[in-house]
Amino acid sequence: MSGKPLVRLNPGDDAKVERINAGWNATKRLYEMGLNTGAKFKVVKNDRGPIILSLSGNKIAIGRGLAQKIMVNE
Amino acid sequence: MNTIALVGNPNSGKTTLFNALTGSNQHVGNWPGVTVEKKEGNFKFNEKIYNVVDLPGTYSLGAFSEDEIVARDFILRGNPDIVINVVDSTNIERNLYLTTQLLEMGAKVIVALNMIDEAKARNIEVDIDTLSKKLGAPVIPTIASKKKGIDELIKKSVELMDEETDYKAHISYGENIDREVERLKGFLTDKNLEYPPQWIAIKLLEGDEYIHELIKENEDLNFPDDFKNAIHEFNKNREDYELEIIDKRYEFINNITNVTVKLPDQAKETLTDKIDKILTHKYFGLPIFGLIMFIVFQLTFAVGEDLFGELTVTGIEFLGKIIGNFLIKINASDWIVSFVTEGVIGGVGAVIEFIPLIIILYMLMGLLEDSGYMARAAYVMDNIMRALGLQGKTFISMIVGFGCNVPGIMATRTLEDKKDRMIATLINPFMSCGARLPIYLMFIAAFFPNRGGLVLFSLYFLGILVALLTGKLFSKTLFKGEPSYFIMELPPYRKPTIRNVLRNMWDNVSEFLKRAGTTIFIVVTILWILAVLPRGVEPYSQDSILGKIGMFIAPIFKPAGFGTWQAAVGLFSGIAAKEAVVAILGMVYAGVEEGAELVTALQGAFTPLSAAAFMIMTLLYTPCAAALATIKKETNSYKWPIFTALYTFFIGWIGAVLVFQIGKLLGFS
Repeated sequence: MSGKPLVRLNPGDDAKVERINAGWNATKRLYEMGLNTGAKFKVVKNDRGPIILSLSGNKIAIGRGLAQKIMVNE
Repeated sequence: MNTIALVGNPNSGKTTLFNALTGSNQHVGNWPGVTVEKKEGNFKFNEKIYNVVDLPGTYSLGAFSEDEIVARDFILRGNPDIVINVVDSTNIERNLYLTTQLLEMGAKVIVALNMIDEAKARNIEVDIDTLSKKLGAPVIPTIASKKKGIDELIKKSVELMDEETDYKAHISYGENIDREVERLKGFLTDKNLEYPPQWIAIKLLEGDEYIHELIKENEDLNFPDDFKNAIHEFNKNREDYELEIIDKRYEFINNITNVTVKLPDQAKETLTDKIDKILTHKYFGLPIFGLIMFIVFQLTFAVGEDLFGELTVTGIEFLGKIIGNFLIKINASDWIVSFVTEGVIGGVGAVIEFIPLIIILYMLMGLLEDSGYMARAAYVMDNIMRALGLQGKTFISMIVGFGCNVPGIMATRTLEDKKDRMIATLINPFMSCGARLPIYLMFIAAFFPNRGGLVLFSLYFLGILVALLTGKLFSKTLFKGEPSYFIMELPPYRKPTIRNVLRNMWDNVSEFLKRAGTTIFIVVTILWILAVLPRGVEPYSQDSILGKIGMFIAPIFKPAGFGTWQAAVGLFSGIAAKEAVVAILGMVYAGVEEGAELVTALQGAFTPLSAAAFMIMTLLYTPCAAALATIKKETNSYKWPIFTALYTFFIGWIGAVLVFQIGKLLGFS
C-alpha cells in the first residue's frame, strides 16, 4: 500500500504516516515534531489554510503544500 | 559557582519554570557572536548561590538553527553541572525526543515533568518511577505556573551535582549504525575535539553539517583514510542514516512510554478544541484576529496615553522646573542650565513619557503570546500571507515589530527558510514601532483629537499593507524560489501567567529605558550641540548647524507639504532614534520639549493634510540606527541595512507625496 496524500483526508479521520516525500529540512522537522514514519494522528481541520492534526491530543498545523507530500494510510 | 542549564521544547513551560526558579534575580543578554537571547538568573539554596541559564526553546539539538546550536554548545562546552529538561506532561512522547538527545550527549539530566496538572485533567496517567528508571534520570513532577515541585527540583539538582554518575544512554540505533558509531568513535578518541567522541560519531552519521565542517577544519589531525572514506560514504547516504537514527530514537521513546504513559482511550473534546473551532474558523478566524488587534491598539491608546501618559508628562514638567530653578539658584552657567533642561530633561524626558504606553502594549502582546493565541494568528494569516508569497509565521515577527523593530527583526529567526527570513527582515521596519507612536500622538493631539484611535489604527494598518506588498514584490524579484513549508505547533490555550507577562514586559521596557539612558541620551546631546553651535546663534534656530542641515534637506519634502527646515530636522533626528523626534520638534518649533505649547506650534506650522503626510512619512521612512544595526547583524552584511535605509526612505517619501498631492486635488487642506 502506498497510501494517499494527507490533504485528501477529512476532519475526524484517523491515519498513520506512511512516507514523507518532502524536502530534506521539512522532513526532518516533521520527524522531530513527532510525525515520523508510523506516527498515528487524527485530522482536526481541513478546509482552508493549513491542515490541523492532532498527535495524541497535541495540535500541529501543516501547510497544504507540504501536506501533499505526506503519504498516509487510514 | 554551580550552573544549571534549562532546556525544553517551545511551549513546555520552560520560561515559567525559569521565572519560578530565579524570581526576580535574572538578566537578559545576548550569546556572544549571535543574536540569540541569553537569559540568566540565580537562586539561593542552603546559603549557596546557583546560576541558572535558560537555553532557547527547541524541538531538537541539531544544527538546524542558531537556537539549536547555541543550546547544544552550551550543554557540551559550557560545562553546566546539571541540565534540567522541561518536559510537557501532556505531550511526553514528542518532548522526550529532546531528552534522548541530551542523554546522547552524556549530560547530567533531570526531567521536570511540567504541567502535570493538565495531564491529569486530560486523564493521562504517568508512572513516574518507572519513567525515571527507564530513562536513567530523575523525574520530578512540577506545575511551574503554581510553583509546585520547584523545591523538590532544586533539592534534586543540588543533590545530583555532587554525585558521580557516569550515565550513558543505552539507545540502540540498530546493529549497523551501532557498529559504525563504535568504529568512528575509535578514530575520534584522543583527538581533543571539544565534543565527546560518541556524540561526534552519531552526529557524523546524522549528517550534521556543523560537525562535518568541524572535521574538515581539523584535517591536520591526520585522520586515517578509513575514516575519511567512511565519512564520504555517509555523506552520500546521509538521509537514510539520519531518518533511521530519528526513528530509532522514537523507538527508544516508545518502548518507554508504552509502559509508563497511559493515554485516555477516547480523547475528550478539550476547551482548546472548542475555542479553536471559533478562533481558527474558516470565515470568522480572520475578522476575529482583526478585532483583537484593534482592541489592543484602542486599549493601548486609552490606558497608556490618555490615562497615564498625561500624568507622566505633568510629572516630568514639574521635575524639569524644579531642577531648572535649582540650577539657576546655584548660579550654574547658562549653557549648563540649557543643556540640562533642554537637552537632558527634554530629550530623555520625552522618551520617559511614553513608558506607560509601551508598558500597556507589551503587556497585551504578552497576554496574546502566553495564552497561545499568537500561534493561531499565524495560522489564520497563513492563507493571505501565502497568496503574497510569504508565510503565516512572518506575521508574528511583524506583530512583534509593533513593539520595537529590533526584537521584531530578531523574531524572524523562527523562520526556517532563508528566503522567508530575509523578506521578513526587510519588511519589518514598516511595522510601526512603539517609538514612532509619540510622534503620531503629538500630531493627533494637534489635528485629530477626536479620532485618535481611528487614525492610529489606520496608520498601523497602512504599515502592514505596505509591508505585505513590499514582501510580495521581494518574493517575485529579489528572493524568487520554491514556496517554503509551514509547520507549526498550536499549543493548548492556557491562562496567561501574570508573572510571565510582567516579566516579559519588564525585559522590554527596561531595554527601552536603557536605550533612553544611553543611545538616546547621546543622540540628544549631539543634536543639542548641533543646535547651539556655532557660538552666538540663537539656539535651535535656522542659523544653527542643525538648522542648516534642516535647510539643506527641506526642499526634498516640499512636494509632501512639509518642506520646512524644522520638519526636516525632526525626520533627520528620527534616523538616529525615533524617540528623539518629538523632543527635537518641540525645541525647533516652540522652544519647549512637549506639551500644549508644541501642540499649538504644530497647528501653526502644519495643516491637517500636511500633518497626515508627515505621519505617513514617519511611519514608512528609514528605521532607526538600532534597527539598521540589527539588520546588519542578522544578515551579516552591510548591503542589506544600506538597502533598507534607502528603499524605505523612498517608499516613505512616495507615500507622503501621494497623500499630500491627492489630498490637495480632493480639496483637503
